[in-house]
Amino acid sequence: MDPKEYIASGILELYVAGALSEKENAEVHAMMLKYPEVTQEVLEIEAAILNLTAATSSKDTSDVFEVVKEKLQLTDTDETKVIPLQKPRSLFRYAGWAAAVILGCGLIYSVLKTGDLQSQIDIVKTEKEALKEQIYKANSDLTAATELLSVLRTKDIISVPLGGQTVSPTSYAKVYWDKKANNVYLDLQGLPDPPEGKVYQIWSLTLNPLTPTSLGVIEDFSADKDKVFDLKNTNESQAFGITLEPTGGSESPTMEQLYTLGVVASNP
Amino acid sequence: MELETLITKFQQKDVKAFESLYAMYNDSIFGVINTIVKNEDIATEILQDVFIKAWNKSVDYNTRKGRFFTWLLNIARNAAIDKTRSKSFKNAQQNLDVDFFVHSIENNDSLDEKTNAIGIKKYVSQLAEKCKQIIEYLYFKGYTQKETSETLEIPLGTIKTRNRNCINELRKMLKV
Repeated sequence: MDPKEYIASGILELYVAGALSEKENAEVHAMMLKYPEVTQEVLEIEAAILNLTAATSSKDTSDVFEVVKEKLQLTDTDETKVIPLQKPRSLFRYAGWAAAVILGCGLIYSVLKTGDLQSQIDIVKTEKEALKEQIYKANSDLTAATELLSVLRTKDIISVPLGGQTVSPTSYAKVYWDKKANNVYLDLQGLPDPPEGKVYQIWSLTLNPLTPTSLGVIEDFSADKDKVFDLKNTNESQAFGITLEPTGGSESPTMEQLYTLGVVASNP
Repeated sequence: MELETLITKFQQKDVKAFESLYAMYNDSIFGVINTIVKNEDIATEILQDVFIKAWNKSVDYNTRKGRFFTWLLNIARNAAIDKTRSKSFKNAQQNLDVDFFVHSIENNDSLDEKTNAIGIKKYVSQLAEKCKQIIEYLYFKGYTQKETSETLEIPLGTIKTRNRNCINELRKMLKV
């Protein structure tokens, strides 16, 4: 189509008005691309309409854009992304890389730091467990001591001091005999640690005739801190004696190795 | 910057480009809206809505569909006309159809302060009555050729040429 005729037809004025169909719009657009004079005509018509319509504006609305921006939650930082200048752009790119590197380092650092902290936590946890155990042990030691004390204070308990004998004159021991419960508590603090391969054996004795009955051997003498032991005693004991015997104990006491001996006082 | 570049950037959500386009068209769009609703406060609200919609629907615009200004004009006219049809608006406003855009210009006091607008009042008043009407319907009300021909009771075939003559008249006055 001849561009002059096309322009003269008045279709371009309707194009700017928006009064054409979609098909007609596409046609005008094609003509504009083909003929610069058609494009020029459209621009001039548009300028005239812009002028005319702008003249009907009774107030300055430039500040309304701020409201529009606010309502769309647009910030000026968005602008920096699209500024078409080369220099700041590359600067921003480097800044981006720098930020990424810093972030990466930060991440690695915090991972390492986390590992560190984790092992520290583990150590603290172990320490805490150990402390708990100590407290538990102290508590049970205390309970044991309290129990022992309450036993020793019982009215029915018979206290028998055992004195040192020829083989070890400085040794001493004490036997607390709970006749009702058939228990004896032995306080062996006054005895030396038995030599290797030897143990103390505790004997209940009846006099006239002298008859020893073994109450048992003290296997863990050295390991025991408070040196207080308890054994069963169902005998009508008149005296208690402690001898040093080979590990495992003996059938009858080795009298040459009698460390301590004591007679039950209340015995009639 | 080229208008096309500006529009492309605007479609890529460039706020600066958006601001530039707003500065180019806000007067025209506000004028058209206010000519329809004849209430500055309501027109200002609609102006906001139009540009918000334009931003949100920017991808809908395509050069093959028409001029960017025309696209905005369409959104604005539709929004303004929708408003005049709303119940709340009808109750508050009356006798909307008596005035033409010419009155908007003639009664526009702010024009006197703008040097580039001096004379437009006079020129517009000098436009032939048939031109005032056809421009009103085609550009301010967004009527189609058919609607304009029916409303003004002139043959459909003469709309195009009559309008061209009127716009030529206007261009002579505005020297574009």
